[in-house]
Amino acid sequence: MKALAGGYARAKDVAHALDLLAAADGMGRVLAGGQSLIAAMNMRLSTGDMLVDISRIEALRGVTVEGGTLRIGALTRHVDIGTDPLVAEHAPLLVQAVHHIAHAAIRNRGTIGGSLAHADPAAEFPACVLALGGTIHLQGPDGMRAVAAEDFFVDVFETAIAEGEILTAITLPLIEPGERHVLIETARRSGDYALAGLCLVKRAAGHRLSAFSVGPRPILAVAAMERLDAGDAAGAVQALRNEIDPPSDTQASAAYRRHLAGVLLTRALQDLTGETA
Amino acid sequence: MTISFGNPDRPNSYIGKTVPRPNAPRLVQGRGKYVDDIVLPRMAHVVFVRSPHAHARIGAIETAEAQGVKGVLRIFTGAEIAEVCTPWVAVLAHLKGLKSPPQHALAVDRTCWVGEPVAAVVATSRAAAEEAAALVDVDYTPLPAVTDMMTALDAATPVLHPDMGDNLAFRRLHEEGDVDAAFASAHKVVEARFKTARHTGVTLEPRSILVDWNPAEGQMTAWHATQAPHMMQTVFAKHLDLPEGRVRVICDDVGGSYGIKVHVYPDEVATAAIARIMARPVKFVADRLESFTTDIHARDHEIGGRIAVDADGKILAMDIDDWTAIGAYSVYPRTSAIEGNQVVNLCGGPYDFAHYRAQTSVVFQNKTPTCQYRAVGHPIAVAVTEGLVDMAAAAIGMDPVEIRRRNMYADDAYPVTSPAKMRFEGLSHHASMDKLMALMDYEGLRAEQAALREKGIHRGIGIASFIELTNPSPFMYGIGGARISAQDGCTVRMDPDGSIVALSGVTEQGQGTEAMLAQIVAEGVGVPPARVRVITGDTQVTPYGGGTWASRGAGIGGEAALQSALALKASILEVAGAMLQAPSEALDIRDGQVVDTATGEARMPLEELGRIVYFRGDTLPKGLPRELVQTRHFITSDYPFAFTNGVQASYLEVDTDTGEVKLLKHWCVEDCGRIINPQLVDEQIRGGIVQGLGGALYEEIHYDADGQLLNGSMADYLVPMAAEMPDMIVGHVETPTMESALGAKGAGEAGTAGAPAAVMNAINDALRPMGAQVTAMPFTPERILRAMGQIED
Repeated sequence: MKALAGGYARAKDVAHALDLLAAADGMGRVLAGGQSLIAAMNMRLSTGDMLVDISRIEALRGVTVEGGTLRIGALTRHVDIGTDPLVAEHAPLLVQAVHHIAHAAIRNRGTIGGSLAHADPAAEFPACVLALGGTIHLQGPDGMRAVAAEDFFVDVFETAIAEGEILTAITLPLIEPGERHVLIETARRSGDYALAGLCLVKRAAGHRLSAFSVGPRPILAVAAMERLDAGDAAGAVQALRNEIDPPSDTQASAAYRRHLAGVLLTRALQDLTGETA
Repeated sequence: MTISFGNPDRPNSYIGKTVPRPNAPRLVQGRGKYVDDIVLPRMAHVVFVRSPHAHARIGAIETAEAQGVKGVLRIFTGAEIAEVCTPWVAVLAHLKGLKSPPQHALAVDRTCWVGEPVAAVVATSRAAAEEAAALVDVDYTPLPAVTDMMTALDAATPVLHPDMGDNLAFRRLHEEGDVDAAFASAHKVVEARFKTARHTGVTLEPRSILVDWNPAEGQMTAWHATQAPHMMQTVFAKHLDLPEGRVRVICDDVGGSYGIKVHVYPDEVATAAIARIMARPVKFVADRLESFTTDIHARDHEIGGRIAVDADGKILAMDIDDWTAIGAYSVYPRTSAIEGNQVVNLCGGPYDFAHYRAQTSVVFQNKTPTCQYRAVGHPIAVAVTEGLVDMAAAAIGMDPVEIRRRNMYADDAYPVTSPAKMRFEGLSHHASMDKLMALMDYEGLRAEQAALREKGIHRGIGIASFIELTNPSPFMYGIGGARISAQDGCTVRMDPDGSIVALSGVTEQGQGTEAMLAQIVAEGVGVPPARVRVITGDTQVTPYGGGTWASRGAGIGGEAALQSALALKASILEVAGAMLQAPSEALDIRDGQVVDTATGEARMPLEELGRIVYFRGDTLPKGLPRELVQTRHFITSDYPFAFTNGVQASYLEVDTDTGEVKLLKHWCVEDCGRIINPQLVDEQIRGGIVQGLGGALYEEIHYDADGQLLNGSMADYLVPMAAEMPDMIVGHVETPTMESALGAKGAGEAGTAGAPAAVMNAINDALRPMGAQVTAMPFTPERILRAMGQIED
């Protein structure tokens, strides 16, 4: 199929992008790496979009440590996340995620901001940012605002981004001494979306566990986290299986995904402690 | 003239060596010419409006709004196309009882599967045609859809084609010996049900066609991504009422076929009809969603199987009940009964036993039509046979290799006729098995498996012997009345500069046909392969032939090439003898030079002979034949098919918590007779194995109960990818066929034929201590865990 775009404009800077979105009369779509949007357009799942291309806005790219947080520009590509020393130091979870995301060609173009804004429930980055307790920074006609990851993901492909807003950056807490991250998932083939996946973060204050591909959005497995903090691994597995409501599709049933999530948690804990079964 | 294949040091010894592919640089430099690369003046694009319903009556078709889209030239309904294009009925006389209703290029009155073309929009660009196609408003009245195979014949199920009487397209029962008595008296009887999933070929290049009609010449030219240009020439001529000689089908580069591109597709015939009506070039290139909904599907089978063995593991009898659902129409002209028929022909293939019963039941349903796809029927028959043999071995506590050795035809038993009435000229099951055992270190692997099992690591070893049908004679299609050539031809000529041009009726789909032909012709004539230019895929240029299917290119096309090359060599030497005043028997051609046979001394380069023949023919004796163009044809006649054989093995690990299968290694030892190009054969085997592994672990077309296709994209339909593929070790035994001087049989399907069975047996070998078994492909993580009882719903 041939895509049917309503129009295309390349934004010089964020202000220009916001102006273009405002002028698009509700049809504006932000184009960053294009790895989900262009595929959807080529299937005519999305037609008539006024594409606002932000990919050349250098200010939205790159990783810094500022104000006691790790700041990742929205346009930072997957491949760059995977090799950035600051990300490796403060958010190794994201580096682990990159190894599971699609294929090299996609990682060379796809951006972390695009992944979060697209909010595919099977994607790794949204679950990572949720497990790390990150903050998503948005800019709109009325200025900037910050949304906690817990409040950002609403439903399948649906986020807290309002009409006319652009996702500009993600901030994550700097790593604590002794903090450990584990991302684990099972996919049918290397690079496929996971049948189920988990992000496990262990900090002095306790565990944070998010799950992806097991519901309409990445979920924070609060009940399982409680059990983990209590040192009850078996209880955590049971709690996780109870608090997710995975979908059934042509790849696997809900029952399989629920089973798998529990297996993955057991393995993630072994990974965390360095023990083998 | 013969070739001493046994002597690797003979002159011009290109047959049997890996030589570079002449067309590879062109393809890797992006200089290939696929149908979509061709742009003609006044060329229009056609897009098809396709049925969103599995079964519906077609009412009014409203096109006014679509007609208004900028760039739209014309919109056609099924009734309009039917005025210039007759419908077809896909039956063959030798498949007794096969029935199928007339099928139109565009559906008329009624649509029978999701994706069936209903109307066609022609525009100056594909984008405009798509935009307009979305605006064509078809008034559909949904009808009940038949989607379940096993209930298709039940009284409560609606009859899909009322004119046909019932939903049974074809049924064949074959019975040999006294099956019931053998089962009754057997030491052990094992039975199981198997499923192979509906899947499709997923060619890298989608189906593509560009057709032009020149009214001034009364000539139709179709540039077509097809395996069988001459067959398509006949089809276009017949159904568009043109003389066959006025239809030219050109097949330049083709990006993979696997059987997908050997069938007649309604949208492609409609494209030709539209070009005829509009008298201008019209192009159709399927997109990926269209590929999934309209390329032929295959392998949708459910099979009940029983095997009876005695206490020594000797197979006494097999009883097979095969069911397959083929969609709404038998596919033209090869028909959709062949796959089920092959299951009947091939089950039990490697084994010497007496009592055999097999039945196939082929039913209609409202899904995409199924037809022949790489290794037609083989993966099904091999999975059932080898699955049952493994189960029988387990039941009597015998090693799976040992039970095979006790039952395979002895290597000196040939010729033999199998209980399925297949005739084998010469196979090498035992030699192949011996070679496999050595290659894989079977005993060592068994020891490793046992040691790892102690540590809770569950590995499995699976073996699958198989036979493969290649080099088909007219017994495959011709005797049933189809104008599909089993014969093939080759014309070889020498030009003035001593270079050689070979025109062949077999076709290049990316698999290396032209490389194979070039090295045969090079050896046959006596020139380096680089001096041979091969031309295939043009009905106006090449000898008439069948094209590419059923692994016939090397065995049939290769022999025609060899004989024509040898004939050319004889012609050249006759002229050379006159020029050199020497008996031509004392001369040979080596490396592009006429030489003295005994001493190898160079006497004259071919370009000098070419100069004299073409420009100074006055200096040659009057009446001396100087025919530097020779054509030969070849057809097999002693056997209906040249069977090959082989054995595969899979070594894998099952994660018993997640159900994932990790393929560790794969082996194949096969016997395709004379190997012309070892690298091409090995890569054919590897590619075939990958497609077989896809069927075993990944590929499955899903429909819902209403006949809606659920996974029509590369994200949802899982093809095997490099990261999951194991190392593959390929070995060979060579038993040349005596039907030809070349001795080559086919190698295109062996990999696909045996791989699924090897994987199934390996998984079940890993699961056996846990009392679990899987028989429904693909073996997804979930199916494996369910077989182990690990999933709570």
